[in-house]
Amino acid sequence: MARPPFIAIGLLSACVLAYEVLLTRLFSIVLWHHYAYMIISAAMLGYGASGTALTLLRERIAPHFGATFVAAATALAVLMPAAFLLAQQVPFNPLELLWDSTQPAKLLAVYLLMMLPFFCGGLGIGLVFAQFGRQAARIYACDIAGAGFGSMGVIAVLYFVPPSQILTALTALTLLAASMAVVELKLRPKWLTELFTGLAVLAVAALPDIQVHPSTYKDLSQALNIAGSHVVEQRSSPLGQITVVENTRVPLRHAPGMSLNATMEPPPQLGVFIDGNGPSALTRFDGDLAPLAYLGQLTSALPYHALAAHGIKQPRVLVLGAGAGSDVLQALYHGSAAVDAVELDRSVSALVSDRFRDYAGHLYSQPGVHLYTAEARGFIGIGDRRYDLIQVALLDSFGTASAGLYGLSENYLYTVEALQAYLGRLTPDGMLAVTSWLALPPRDALKLFATAVSALERDGVNDPGARLAMIRGWKTVTLLVKNSAFTTGEIAAIREFCNTRSFDPAYYPGMHADEANRYNLLAQPYFHEGAVALLSPQRKEFIDRYKFHIEPATDDSPHFFRFFKWNSAAEIFSLRAQGGMPLLDWSYPLLVATLVQAVVASLLLILAPLALSKCRRTLPGTPVALYFLAIGFAFMFMEIAFIQKFVLFLSHPLHAIAVVLCAFLMFASAGSWLAGRWRAANKVTLAVIAIGALSLLYSTVLPYLFQALAFLPDMAKILISVALIAPLAMCMGVPFPTGMMRLADTSGNAIPWAWAINGFASVVGAVLATLLAIHLGFSAVILLAVMIYAVACAALRGFA
Amino acid sequence: MKRHFALGMFLCCCFAFPSQGSVFDEARHKMVEEILGDTSATQSPLSPAVIAAMEKVERHRFVPADFAARAYDNRPLPIGYGQTISQPFVVALMTDLMRVKAGDRVLEIGTGSGYQAAVLAEIAGSVYSIEIITPLGKEARERLVSLGYRNINTRVGDGYYGWPEAAPFDAIIVTAAASHVPPPLIRQLKPGGRIVIPLGAQFMTQYLMLVEKQLGGSVTTREILPVRFVPLTGGH
Repeated sequence: MARPPFIAIGLLSACVLAYEVLLTRLFSIVLWHHYAYMIISAAMLGYGASGTALTLLRERIAPHFGATFVAAATALAVLMPAAFLLAQQVPFNPLELLWDSTQPAKLLAVYLLMMLPFFCGGLGIGLVFAQFGRQAARIYACDIAGAGFGSMGVIAVLYFVPPSQILTALTALTLLAASMAVVELKLRPKWLTELFTGLAVLAVAALPDIQVHPSTYKDLSQALNIAGSHVVEQRSSPLGQITVVENTRVPLRHAPGMSLNATMEPPPQLGVFIDGNGPSALTRFDGDLAPLAYLGQLTSALPYHALAAHGIKQPRVLVLGAGAGSDVLQALYHGSAAVDAVELDRSVSALVSDRFRDYAGHLYSQPGVHLYTAEARGFIGIGDRRYDLIQVALLDSFGTASAGLYGLSENYLYTVEALQAYLGRLTPDGMLAVTSWLALPPRDALKLFATAVSALERDGVNDPGARLAMIRGWKTVTLLVKNSAFTTGEIAAIREFCNTRSFDPAYYPGMHADEANRYNLLAQPYFHEGAVALLSPQRKEFIDRYKFHIEPATDDSPHFFRFFKWNSAAEIFSLRAQGGMPLLDWSYPLLVATLVQAVVASLLLILAPLALSKCRRTLPGTPVALYFLAIGFAFMFMEIAFIQKFVLFLSHPLHAIAVVLCAFLMFASAGSWLAGRWRAANKVTLAVIAIGALSLLYSTVLPYLFQALAFLPDMAKILISVALIAPLAMCMGVPFPTGMMRLADTSGNAIPWAWAINGFASVVGAVLATLLAIHLGFSAVILLAVMIYAVACAALRGFA
Repeated sequence: MKRHFALGMFLCCCFAFPSQGSVFDEARHKMVEEILGDTSATQSPLSPAVIAAMEKVERHRFVPADFAARAYDNRPLPIGYGQTISQPFVVALMTDLMRVKAGDRVLEIGTGSGYQAAVLAEIAGSVYSIEIITPLGKEARERLVSLGYRNINTRVGDGYYGWPEAAPFDAIIVTAAASHVPPPLIRQLKPGGRIVIPLGAQFMTQYLMLVEKQLGGSVTTREILPVRFVPLTGGH
């Protein structure tokens, strides 16, 4: 038994990582995506906990290494679907977390259930490290190469197979890992190989698909409760599960914030839900524009009226986030000569252009309409066509802003740099229009206004106020940013548009304060006051004093939907009984809670062996713990920050994650393999110096390089990205196996403990990186990672 | 002997423990006091009619049996089908905003458990309530009939077109989520009448929208935060 089960390790690692990615999708469908993040972060602690268990039980397990490895793999195979099925039985309702004192206990039950599979996976891999410590370099190489294949493989499969059907396939793959281990470890009886292979085949052939039960409070569940509704289409993609609902008895009638003066009813529509959230409307269109009159009664119709006042009656329009086509229909209704519709998710645009093309009146094939499947920033960054109007829907905020669900998400559509890029694609008199739901007190709208002011100032505009206009209805807000000063004719058109629809102007050049609060009365004209303050020299003071975070988002810290401020949290919480909780931006406190729970659990489980076990005397001291803690943190910081750096260049968040993560893991795997053969005594120090030099160089140079190479085709961009990541990742693959091998020479029994520490650091590091990026930006996270690697170098000197 | 012992135990229980009804009465009274405390801190005082209605309507009869013990907590509760019975504080606030008087005719879109309709029925002349989710609508109808509410008319169906046969209404409340205010409802509102719409997700009323139809027929809205919250530190 001299050779570790390399193939089984790779397979097991692939299954665990694929399972993690899959759970993100499944919990996003069942609950909401930030709870998915919270649950999976806690579950991943099971990986670290396995190291603690190994530390405590190593002596008992070691004689039965082979059998334990196979048992761990088998348990993982069973627990992957079982834990998820059981977790769904726990009546956890996140919406009641602050109302119902039993909900935290239910959340804990979900955590514990979901930790079990990760515990088993970690146990199997940790066991191999413990048994074959001197071959750590090759084991680690297989481990992370498997992780790379697993996470990327599942993303690819998600394009074709719904997540509920993938779980059983993962069960089969894990059983194959068990089968492989029997062969590689030459275990007896030999028929175990056939047994596990047979079970794997049986799992695929006979196991039913896992039933996924979304929360009854999700929009889709509620829509399906209405008599007459039924699902007419369901599609899966890694970007989300798309469900199309039809109801001919009780039509959807989606006309967000339609003027109260309007008397028409929207035409028949299909509801399009993504991960059960929504809906957005796929509107029936037969070429007759008359039934679309309701689209002229929304605040988002404003730019067409302002452009018409300037003589641009047939504008050339770019719709970013075309989705199911409402904004394209609005453009056609207003006589646009050409409409370029950009949509990231092909599965969504295909509903309009393919599956429901007759229902949608061949919308994306109408004369002048062109559909592009692309990411908005990527599309804006290439090409030189100029538009009279760029329409951007604050898609993410629709329906979920009030619950503060998106604060964690990086979003490059609403940063200062994004607005500058949009303005760069407008004609000299063109306009950018962004519409969002109305939140009270204002949040998104004022943050967007502040972002626009910053973008104009960065473009050298001396009087940004002359180029901005904002109006509000009872439910939506629309911001206009013009490439030149608004004319008196345009201002008259804005006023007329508001008056005839009972909308209120929040800001336009030369506006009187008494116009701000006439139709939709607020306790104070918050929007107008905010806009005026943001254009005044006291802007910074206003932003500081405002109880929500409305500092403009930038590409380095692209968290547009984060509105949380610690100063206001206590006040909002004290207003709970008076219905104050919706004022809270939930995502940020949940991220902090995730970090706290991960840190507490990690400390307990890392310290447990020291406190409980007789092996505490034989465990190495602080330098070893610090080393594995530091390299765990630093690796995650680097990986997460660089994924974000490459997102803009690769023009697609999913492609960026796939390419960057895969490249990181594969080249780290190669680095690990080479580290095993590299005989230099100071190889970690050399690797860390290279990591520091490369990452700092990249931080400085990449923004310019990416801008210069934006014109390249996707494949060239991918190759360049891989080439840039390769040397960095190879160096990052050196410290972990080197430390393990050093430990194997000095105190082999501490290997599981070090494995546990590194596991915990990876989980805590992932959450902490996000939190730090929100406050300091991704460049600072990279700088911190370099400093932490330096700490690891120093700690390594204390190993002996 | 056994019979005497049993009777003795029964009487002991009756005198030693208050009846479940009186426990609920006390809880309801406390709930109303809490609401009054909250509204006095944030809003103008509630009308006596609203306070009386909140004191009278037995919320524990409108929540699932599992939640009866928590019926008088000032919080929303699940009632099944992804729906909730609103937080009592918000119910009181919405009812007060509607300015319903004796003899008024009121329309409710979204019956839910029937609690809001019952509170309105204590004040108004008649209440017309429409529920879109069939089982919820049927349960609410049976509940309201069994509780003896003769001035509440219920219907299961699409609330978009209101209740034309009973129109015009003095006040309308729309608790069902909608992306826009259905034009038929505005038409069915009397000049001088009010529509109240809570906006936000389940368990999370973000703000209340009050639509006021002027005597001339024009329409304005007020967006009202349930809480007193000034968005700038230092206040205005």
